[in-house]
Amino acid sequence: MKYVLIIAGVLGIALTIAAGLIWVERRLLSVWQDRLGPNRVGPFGLGQVIADTIKLFFKEDWVPPFSDRPVFVLAPGILMITILLTFAVVPFGPNFYVFDSNIGVLFFLGNSSLGVYSIVLGGWASNNKYSLIGAMRASAQMLTYEVFMGLSLMGVVMMADSFSFCKIVEAQKGGWFFIPQFIGFIVFFIAGIAETHRLPFDIPEAEGELIAGYHSEYSGMKFGMFFVGEYLGITLISGLIATLFFGGWLGPSFLPPVFWFLLKTFFFIGVFILLRASLPRPRYDQLMELGWKVLLPLALLNLLVTGAILIFLK
Amino acid sequence: MDVFFYIAAVVAIISTIMAISGRNAIHSLLFLILSLLAISVIFYLLSAPFIAALEVIIYAGAIMVLFIFVTMMLNIGLEREAEKKWLKPRMWILPSVLAAVLLINLIMAIKSLPQITAGTGAIQPKQVGISLFSTYLLGVEIAAILLMAGVIGAYHLGSQKKKVKHRFLEIK
Repeated sequence: MKYVLIIAGVLGIALTIAAGLIWVERRLLSVWQDRLGPNRVGPFGLGQVIADTIKLFFKEDWVPPFSDRPVFVLAPGILMITILLTFAVVPFGPNFYVFDSNIGVLFFLGNSSLGVYSIVLGGWASNNKYSLIGAMRASAQMLTYEVFMGLSLMGVVMMADSFSFCKIVEAQKGGWFFIPQFIGFIVFFIAGIAETHRLPFDIPEAEGELIAGYHSEYSGMKFGMFFVGEYLGITLISGLIATLFFGGWLGPSFLPPVFWFLLKTFFFIGVFILLRASLPRPRYDQLMELGWKVLLPLALLNLLVTGAILIFLK
Repeated sequence: MDVFFYIAAVVAIISTIMAISGRNAIHSLLFLILSLLAISVIFYLLSAPFIAALEVIIYAGAIMVLFIFVTMMLNIGLEREAEKKWLKPRMWILPSVLAAVLLINLIMAIKSLPQITAGTGAIQPKQVGISLFSTYLLGVEIAAILLMAGVIGAYHLGSQKKKVKHRFLEIK
């Protein structure tokens, strides 16, 4: 019974945050762009979330006749499944997680590498040249950034001596990992933006060049799933940054641990949105160059130095 | 546990058959990914969670993405008419008979072996790492050198001469 409650809690929190982000992002962007944003529906415009959800559910769900139907329908589901599965290993609090695995970090990396298929297959199945270009960009971009997303986490794994997220959080009782693992944090953050293909790294959808990229042909709730999947991805990456580098649910005891975790997560969601508001989109080759020529050597160097210091201290 | 093993095994066999008999290249690749995921489940059930995770990350997550990427790039969609002529049903007979003989052989061989049971405790990532860097160190090093050769080869093939002029100013 407790188990069911925890799963329901994790799913509820994740999906509520993801849906709420529709409103949060628009309001925050407006603040930074010196305008008001959606403030008409309900108090502070919060009813906008419900209005948008209802709109998405009732839109015509059109499958193009020239598309590869089974793959086209499957693609948005893959994104939701892989991201929601990863929430299972994220500890929201000391006893608030679905399962604590000794391969937790690898479980996250595996799921994020499977998430690529959703975008690649969605773009391919649409049978539209813009979608295909978007899908190709996405596959190269996400494959590249996956490499050092994994490498940047290995420093944390070495310091905590475990792949389990709960043990990583507990290992940070002496001090959060973002100080000794600062390079790892920066690399993971950039890779996280590229994995969720948010601005400034949203070249798979680049609406100025590719209409809407890989989801040009999607409509109704299938588009909605890509949309919510993106917000879920932001929530997940923010939650993981909080867990891996900023002590997860650790914090002064005047607030419950779950609250600390959510507070840190919300801070990084805010940073994600601020990046969207402030940075222009790089060119495709600049993105690849940044990845292979700057971030990969940085991640490897971080790994080497961390390992050397840990052996030296032993 | 046995039930999960049989479910995963059946999924793996069916999806592999679909992968090699499919007409649509991308659909075949999807079935191949499914088969890799099923094999990963079997690894997990054999108490090797680390290998199961690596199977998903490396095979299903990285190598198969490259396969799909190349298939998309070359736009190999449906089977062409000419290919149908290359593979006539008659050609399947002899290989099928030979494969069946091999299968019977394999079943007999497995039956004669003593019963092997999976290890009791799950093998931790640490144990895998220690054995990789002590017992199997030579193999790891050789694989690394092989990969390095591959990287250098790819760099050589992909490197271009630096352009001095802008492409509009070039004389063709």
